[in-house]
Amino acid sequence: MINFFKKRPPANLPEFWKTYENCFLEKQPEEVNLVRFVVLDTETTGFDYIYDRILSIGALNLTNNHIAINQSFELYLIQDHYNAETAKIHGILKNGRGTECITEIEALKQFLAFVGNAVIIAHHTIFDINMINQALERHQLPKLLNKTLDTSTLYRNTLLTSNVFKKKDHYSLDELAEKFDISMKDRHTAIGDAYITAIAFLKIWTRLKSKGPLKLKDLIKLGS
Amino acid sequence: MMKNTISERVADFLEHFPPFNELAQDQLATLSKEITIIYKEKDNVIFSENDPPHTSFYVVHKGAVALKRGEKMDILDMCDEGDIFGLRPLIALENYKMTAQAHEETILYAIPIHIFKPYARENKEVGNFLIESFASNTRNPYSKSHRGKLYEEIPNLGPITPEAQLFDLQPVKYSKKLISCSATTTAKEIAEKMTEKKVGAMLVVEDKLPIGIITDKDLRNNIVTGKYPITTEASKIMVSPVITYAKSMTITQAQIAMMKSSISHLCITKDGTPNSKAIGILSKHDLMVAIGNNPAVLIKAIQRAKKVKNIRNIRKSITHLLRAYLEQNIPLTLTSKIISELNDACIKRVIEMALDKMPEKPPVAFAWLSLGSQGRNEQLLQTDQDNALVFQNVPDEKMEETTAYFLELSKIINKGLFDIGYEYCPAEMMASNPNWCLSLDQWKKAITQWVTNPGADEILLSSIFFDYNLTYGDITLVNQLSDYIFEITQKYPIFFLHLASGALQNPSPTGFFRQLLVEQDGEHKDFFDLKRRALMPLTDAARVLILSHSVKSINNTPGRYEKLAELEPNNEEIFMACSYATKALLKFRTKQGLLHNDSGRYIAIDKLTKEDKVKLKRTFKTIKEIQELLTVRFKISNILR
Repeated sequence: MINFFKKRPPANLPEFWKTYENCFLEKQPEEVNLVRFVVLDTETTGFDYIYDRILSIGALNLTNNHIAINQSFELYLIQDHYNAETAKIHGILKNGRGTECITEIEALKQFLAFVGNAVIIAHHTIFDINMINQALERHQLPKLLNKTLDTSTLYRNTLLTSNVFKKKDHYSLDELAEKFDISMKDRHTAIGDAYITAIAFLKIWTRLKSKGPLKLKDLIKLGS
Repeated sequence: MMKNTISERVADFLEHFPPFNELAQDQLATLSKEITIIYKEKDNVIFSENDPPHTSFYVVHKGAVALKRGEKMDILDMCDEGDIFGLRPLIALENYKMTAQAHEETILYAIPIHIFKPYARENKEVGNFLIESFASNTRNPYSKSHRGKLYEEIPNLGPITPEAQLFDLQPVKYSKKLISCSATTTAKEIAEKMTEKKVGAMLVVEDKLPIGIITDKDLRNNIVTGKYPITTEASKIMVSPVITYAKSMTITQAQIAMMKSSISHLCITKDGTPNSKAIGILSKHDLMVAIGNNPAVLIKAIQRAKKVKNIRNIRKSITHLLRAYLEQNIPLTLTSKIISELNDACIKRVIEMALDKMPEKPPVAFAWLSLGSQGRNEQLLQTDQDNALVFQNVPDEKMEETTAYFLELSKIINKGLFDIGYEYCPAEMMASNPNWCLSLDQWKKAITQWVTNPGADEILLSSIFFDYNLTYGDITLVNQLSDYIFEITQKYPIFFLHLASGALQNPSPTGFFRQLLVEQDGEHKDFFDLKRRALMPLTDAARVLILSHSVKSINNTPGRYEKLAELEPNNEEIFMACSYATKALLKFRTKQGLLHNDSGRYIAIDKLTKEDKVKLKRTFKTIKEIQELLTVRFKISNILR
């Protein structure tokens, strides 16, 4: 746990960052049903943390098995750097098409306000978090403070441990969607992937919980 | 929010279902943005009877929700994808009249009433839909045209279980148009009368009592063949005595009666005996028409099914059939035979559909094997899928593409089986796993590996795999595989020792004080594990014994014990006891499973009646005896245990 009082960040941080940071004064409840989760997915121009950029961020609010659609978060970023290859996968053209695009700093500002102290869930979380942290660094901001969960790791923990079959190191979102019978209609849009991740998380959670009572800290141990 | 992909998707779903299909595009778009998506685990309650109304009503997106009422929680209705529930109390401003509970893992859309209500007021079609749906509740709620949308309340009807509509336990409707003749009527006259009255059977009566029956078939066999002249009297060619039943017999009883004596007509008499007045005839055809839910009709429906979704529905009827059979105490051997046949037919149909989906025909012959409980024909309830595929040997250069073909096929089949209700196997023992989709030689290699190096995993794999049963495809492949298993196990008798000691590793059902031992932790804490502690010791023992006798193609456990009793007359008593115990436990498990809509594996001991507990404990004595027999026969030392 970071102690905010001992090690204060530089004073010249913008107001929106301070607001974000203050959210963490409030601790997350240990009962998983009461925890606010934000399920997140980013679409990017590629897989290089330094050169590639975020194309869009999709995020959903998940609390007590409820996802309120009007509290979902979906935005598209104006691009300086552009990779035509990955755009083919995501279908996002430079500076969007028909959708409003905003600057990176504006996107970060809105995202921090949305995410607050929620526990972040994503599929291969480390990638999305790193992309966002890189963007934060470009604007001289510290890294995200949120606790995180990775559905790939969590799913791995639902599988039986047996020598009879080998678990893979990673499971793709497609594999999860197939196993849990989740429609892949909006695959490769940030919000669509976030939704698939959210439903997969709920199903994984049910399965994990069936083996014994779990608090938030246990869940984080299993999924990060 | 400028754009919302999720709400668009919600709108895409809703627009297929009334009353949302009546809304304008922009209304639907606005509505969809305000929806909350809710995930419910199986058995989670959405609202309870007498709860004050929520601010939203619900639409089932995925899964199923049961509406229940009263202390006994009778199921009044089952809501499927696209069905609305919990709306009426919000409009009538009253408390919920029912409990809504997730029947399986479910995703719901919660629609805020304050957004929806203005549309219902503005849009005449939507309003009409609501009025009609509410009104229909006072009439027959199961009439097809009103089925399934908005009823929240079904007054004055009392509980109607879903099986009542699907499987009719009401008395049969028999033909009261009784066509009869006397013992002296000639065959010619009988045939003329039957043609005139358009019936397939004629009752022969004497003083109004039925003494025999003559059917089309009897006339064909006896007269048309020239065996008897056309002037023969009825008494010569009639079938006698007549099988008689009372008019209160249920459809299931009638079915069983016909199956048992392989006849197509039953005579209904006043008191059910041949010594009272005949009042009607019940033909197989009457039975079929009366209710489309008998095994033969279901088989036909399965074979005709065009989509996987159709089979899913048929499987629900199979479950209702199973429930009815159990309630009527029909012997388990017969029940499991019928149900397994039906389940097998479903799987076969799924495989046929999968083959149709493949761009090409299979390159070589193959066989689809059901493993584990399904292979043993003991899977009465829906559980996980365990299966494997074997294909004919191909030259090395063809291996890669052939394997790829069958893996692709298996993937479609596994998905299809999932769609009809078989969960994926958590240990990936499915043909879509490259380790379970092999050529005949590859399988032989794998089996050799298991048999010659029998560690714990190899024994586990063998115990699942060796109960295989051909579900679809080439039987010669399967026979070759079986022959090979006998050959190799006879060569390495040490394997039996390991298999037998594996069979003795299941935890004991009772403790020192003969109390039932329950699970200590996990989801099923304080429950009794019927499968691991009682059924598995019996199935495991039967497997190793029957393998050591090299008996092919008897897969189900009671059947194996009966065969063993025949092979070893000196042990007949214990083997028959095992057969009986297995049947009793399977029945017990199935009943528990139906009661709780699960696999029936875990049992709440405190909910059992005294009688059930005694029954259960009686089987444990048999388990202990068969385990002792194994220990002695395979000379299992304590080291191995």
